[in-house]
Amino acid sequence: MGVNIQVEHVNAWYGTTHTLKDVSLKIPANKATALIGPSGCGKSTFVRCLNRMHETTPGARVEGTIQMGDVDIYKAASPVEIRRRVGMVFQRPNPFPTMSIYDNVASGLRLNGFRKRSVLDEVVERSLKQAALWNEVKDDLRKKSGSSLSGGQQQRLCIARALAVDPEVLLMDEPASALDPVSTSKIEDLIFDLKRDYTIVIVTHNMQQAARVAEQTGFFLSGVMVEFDATEKIFTNPSDKRTEDYITGRFG
Amino acid sequence: MGSSLNAPSRFRNGARTLTDRLVTGIAVFSTILVLLPLVAILGYLIYKGASSLNLAFFTKVPVPVGQSGGGMANSIVGSGIILLVASVIGIPLGIAAGVYLAEYGPGSWLGHVIRFTADVLNGVPSIVMGIVAYSLIVSKQHHFSALAGGIALAIMMVPTVTRTTEEMLATVPTALREAALGLGIPQWRTIVSVSLRAASPGIITGCMLAFARVAGETAPLLFTAFGNQFWSLNLNQPMAALPLQLYTYAVSPYDEWHRLAWAGALVLILLIMISVTLVRLFAARNSLAGGR
Repeated sequence: MGVNIQVEHVNAWYGTTHTLKDVSLKIPANKATALIGPSGCGKSTFVRCLNRMHETTPGARVEGTIQMGDVDIYKAASPVEIRRRVGMVFQRPNPFPTMSIYDNVASGLRLNGFRKRSVLDEVVERSLKQAALWNEVKDDLRKKSGSSLSGGQQQRLCIARALAVDPEVLLMDEPASALDPVSTSKIEDLIFDLKRDYTIVIVTHNMQQAARVAEQTGFFLSGVMVEFDATEKIFTNPSDKRTEDYITGRFG
Repeated sequence: MGSSLNAPSRFRNGARTLTDRLVTGIAVFSTILVLLPLVAILGYLIYKGASSLNLAFFTKVPVPVGQSGGGMANSIVGSGIILLVASVIGIPLGIAAGVYLAEYGPGSWLGHVIRFTADVLNGVPSIVMGIVAYSLIVSKQHHFSALAGGIALAIMMVPTVTRTTEEMLATVPTALREAALGLGIPQWRTIVSVSLRAASPGIITGCMLAFARVAGETAPLLFTAFGNQFWSLNLNQPMAALPLQLYTYAVSPYDEWHRLAWAGALVLILLIMISVTLVRLFAARNSLAGGR
């Protein structure tokens, strides 16, 4: 099941660059939340703060509180624990090239020391089915490497890999921007199915995509969250002039 | 768009084709030039050494001057043991240091110190390594030993292994590391199972380079492993090694010994080539087909 995420006064820096300025919002459980905005506006930095990936960059720093369910992720848990609860899918598909399809999906459990074969088999099948990839790869799970798949399949493999560790939240940082339209629509269908079980946060440059998959949308500009509201409201009747300019294509 | 700007004239096209051929020609010529010494050395060794190779060479120990026959069995085995000791000590140490440089301390002062030390160590003459091992081990124990020889060679291997490990890890995409970290895999496990695995072909090449380089070293063994005319498998005793035996035979005034030295040189090169090839085959078989 997904969890609510409560973000309060979050600031983030890369070295001396202040990339995220006093962001506060509530991300509801079992819904998809889209983050839009021009390149470099801080939306990727924001999702990277949600699974404490931001701090792996040398010189990066975060302030403020993020409450996930009843856990303060920066005070009450280690980054490793948080990342097990928060799955992440990146812009470019990044399957482990030295591992087979099976090993890719099982990697999250296996590399955390979990080795029971029958359970792994079950998890791999379940995750690949959830990611709508099972039928395409079930015959060469161990024969083919993850990187031998097509781009769209690789991305669904990465989603399966993230789901296999049974997270509560799924972060997707422009998951379809490197894919063709057919693969993109598959990923979007998938997001629809996945929100039943997870809290989904999706960063996207594609405003139609945000409108299609997300219940709420946040608009970022220069590190500030300008507006956060129901998706329909953002796209039909935004309260802020800057949001309106952006979605009507007047800048950005 | 001015189409006349984009469409190359016949003349420019011809000039490009010419430049292309010229550069290709230079590249091919340079490749041949680089391969020539290797082929020449190997050919000359086969010419001079192959005739002295026989079963006894691989099964017998050296015989005193004047007697015919004898072989280098003890040197071949001795070299193998000393190189094994060197690899077992040098490769893990070098890889661990390389991991530190690439993953934990790329910008730290300790990282800079280690990197600088490794580069300087790489340039230290090999005889100095022998003296170091001599004063650290041999002079304390009051006897020569295969172990001291192995340690001297291990110190020589470390800088090469360290720097290649660091450079190969630096080529592993950040996306791969983040994929692993994002799954809640601890950093040490990410390094071992993802980064090192992705970088392993390059690291193996580095280890093989270091191995091949020290396999032919004579100077560091002169006052450590010392050499031995008889069978010895005791790490704590002087041990024969191919380069040492070669050296002894080559500087001797006897024709029979000269012939054995040529054969020994040939065997040394062949053994290095075989071990490097075997490791590569083994590594290729363990990586997933189609993965790279």
